[in-house]
Amino acid sequence: MPKTPRIAVLCGGTSLERAVSLRSGTRVTNTLNDLQYDVTQIDVGGDLVATLRDGAFDAAFIALHGAAGEDGTVQSLLELLALPYTGPDALASTLAWNKPTAQGLFQRHGLNVPRHVSLSQLAFRELGASAALSHIVDTLGASLVVKPARGGSSIGLTLLERAEELPAAIMSAFSCADVVLIEQRIAGTEIAITVLDGTPLPAVEIQPKRGDYDFSARYTAGATEFHAPARLPDDIQQACALAASRAYAAVGARHISRVDVIVDSHGTPHVIELDTCPGLTQTSLAPLAAEAAGMTFADLCTELVSFALRDA
Amino acid sequence: MRLDTDPYLDRYAERVQGLKTSEIRALFSVAARPEVVSFAGGMPATAHLDLEVVAAVAAKVIRDHGATALQYGGGQGRVELREELVRVMAEEDIPGHADDIVVTIGGQQALELVAKCFLNKGDLVIAEGPTYVGGIGAINSHQGDIQHIPMDDDGMRTDVLAEELERLKLAGRRVKYVYTIPNHQNPAGVSMSLERRHHLAALAEQYDLMIVEDNPYGLLDFNDQRRVSLKSLLPERVIYVCTLSKIFAPGVRTGWIAAPAPIRDKLVLLREAADLCPPNLTQMLMEAWLGTQPWQQQVRRFTNLYEERSKVMLASLAQYMPKDVAWTVPTGAFYIWVTVPHGINTSALLPKAVQRRVAYVPGRGFYGDGTGENHLRLSFSFPETDRIAEGVSRLGELLHDEYELRQAVYGHVATTPESS
Repeated sequence: MPKTPRIAVLCGGTSLERAVSLRSGTRVTNTLNDLQYDVTQIDVGGDLVATLRDGAFDAAFIALHGAAGEDGTVQSLLELLALPYTGPDALASTLAWNKPTAQGLFQRHGLNVPRHVSLSQLAFRELGASAALSHIVDTLGASLVVKPARGGSSIGLTLLERAEELPAAIMSAFSCADVVLIEQRIAGTEIAITVLDGTPLPAVEIQPKRGDYDFSARYTAGATEFHAPARLPDDIQQACALAASRAYAAVGARHISRVDVIVDSHGTPHVIELDTCPGLTQTSLAPLAAEAAGMTFADLCTELVSFALRDA
Repeated sequence: MRLDTDPYLDRYAERVQGLKTSEIRALFSVAARPEVVSFAGGMPATAHLDLEVVAAVAAKVIRDHGATALQYGGGQGRVELREELVRVMAEEDIPGHADDIVVTIGGQQALELVAKCFLNKGDLVIAEGPTYVGGIGAINSHQGDIQHIPMDDDGMRTDVLAEELERLKLAGRRVKYVYTIPNHQNPAGVSMSLERRHHLAALAEQYDLMIVEDNPYGLLDFNDQRRVSLKSLLPERVIYVCTLSKIFAPGVRTGWIAAPAPIRDKLVLLREAADLCPPNLTQMLMEAWLGTQPWQQQVRRFTNLYEERSKVMLASLAQYMPKDVAWTVPTGAFYIWVTVPHGINTSALLPKAVQRRVAYVPGRGFYGDGTGENHLRLSFSFPETDRIAEGVSRLGELLHDEYELRQAVYGHVATTPESS
């Protein structure tokens, strides 16, 4: 009888997305336990390397979100320890984590991205960037999305419609990262496409019942209506799937990533970002996409573990 | 295909529909990590209890009365405990009889039962602004509306209350009750002056008001002062809420309500519907603790500890805070309320604070109307003194940095704060 794989589920940590990560990690742990894997859930901290080194694990399942878990740090450590892990490698993680870098890559690969500008704290502190704020509004308009250049879960994100709200939105984003990304807000259908081992799953259309798709809308069960596949014409669905696959290839992702896209009124997909550690909670988009593709959450977890072991 | 993340949504009661996950709550999960100096939770220093004595008392309860301790009890709570609680109230000269008391699962259940007992959707409750998050939660969960009355160093501004009551009377709007924490208020740390207590009592008579007097901290007075309770001024108009969480430990979840008899009867019926009865085990532990141990000495030790910690925090604030930051000086208990210049949003700033390994509660949580952005609450009760100094230093650095950044982003300086 083959040996049961021994899996370390990595979650928690000290990132701003700790709470979401604990929800993802606990769900994965319970699921793998039910599937009879030998599972250890690890709330990552100062003893991570020692725990992994001494744990005789066959693979690590990364259910971390936010800094350290999603930016390539943990992936580099796992590569150093020669422990197979789920999700994109360290380089792809680093590239996708930095949103302006990723958007630049997407553009170079011929993908549409929102018009944007990224500004560091240094630009404001030492180079007088505040004088350029009116220029941003002149160039991009006042309907803007302001977010930290790194990080997820909508923490520090502001959607604004009036120029005078811009400085406060920048301050909020700077609370999470040293660089802020200011994007033109694209009106249209918001969708997320999970790419699983290179193959796009059905697009999930996101329709918050009230207001915007903010933290509460993301993580309160029932607060957002999801449709999968998205209610878009076939040709547009195909264009979106193609865009997601190209974004996945552009950063060199593997195993799983979620590509967030907005389809404008002309049916053009705009790639917003690529998440290398997509949420795996009850309300997260990647498990919903898997469900739409006929996979249970257990199937999704099993697949990811098998990818990690395959690519060891 | 429509995918439902909550297929039960249309079955929920209306009051449940608005409940949602909060970003701030999610950030507190990071604040709970040991790397972070957390001034967020109002946690008593339970490690400073004599745990050997507690263990002996608990063991004796189980050994001598185990079968009763592990059995159901009455909905009002054990009479033996209620008699002890009357003696606790007597420490502050608060009148009461064991028969007036309903034992609850901490003070929070008491606040929830009172809200359940009195509030229909849209009913008005007046409270201090800011006020206890859990008090707001109890009112919100029964769809009550909260109107805040501002505070200063002498507690609720009863002159403003008087104007507001007159305005509401003219508008034909009834106030269901006034919710107040008169002693060492959460979050402001200040106490209501004697003059204002009398004024509030007079207003209650004049406008036919009920008062919910929430007094978790009264015995934790840094000057050992015992302040006149509203309950003693207006026994028939005051529903008195108290807890052993702060003078013993929150783990026993033992609180109580002292209320006029008709209200007490309703509260007992409501509580029986909620959870039948408070647990005998913790009630008997508390009976034994209060009845056989010099618990007042423990309260004194706690108070001395908190006073020492408050002094360290106040000195650290003076040392590390940028100019234009103001704070209250607590009369007792756990909290300091900090006011930062307008334009600095303490909710938006929390992620940065957590990344710098210090946590606080943003002011917005202490208001039912979404205001309070330029305030934050610091709790000094739990961290050791060296951690307090370190945490305040981190917070000071953070605010200095925020000032500079704000100036750089806005191109001008932040404005001077208002008093709390």
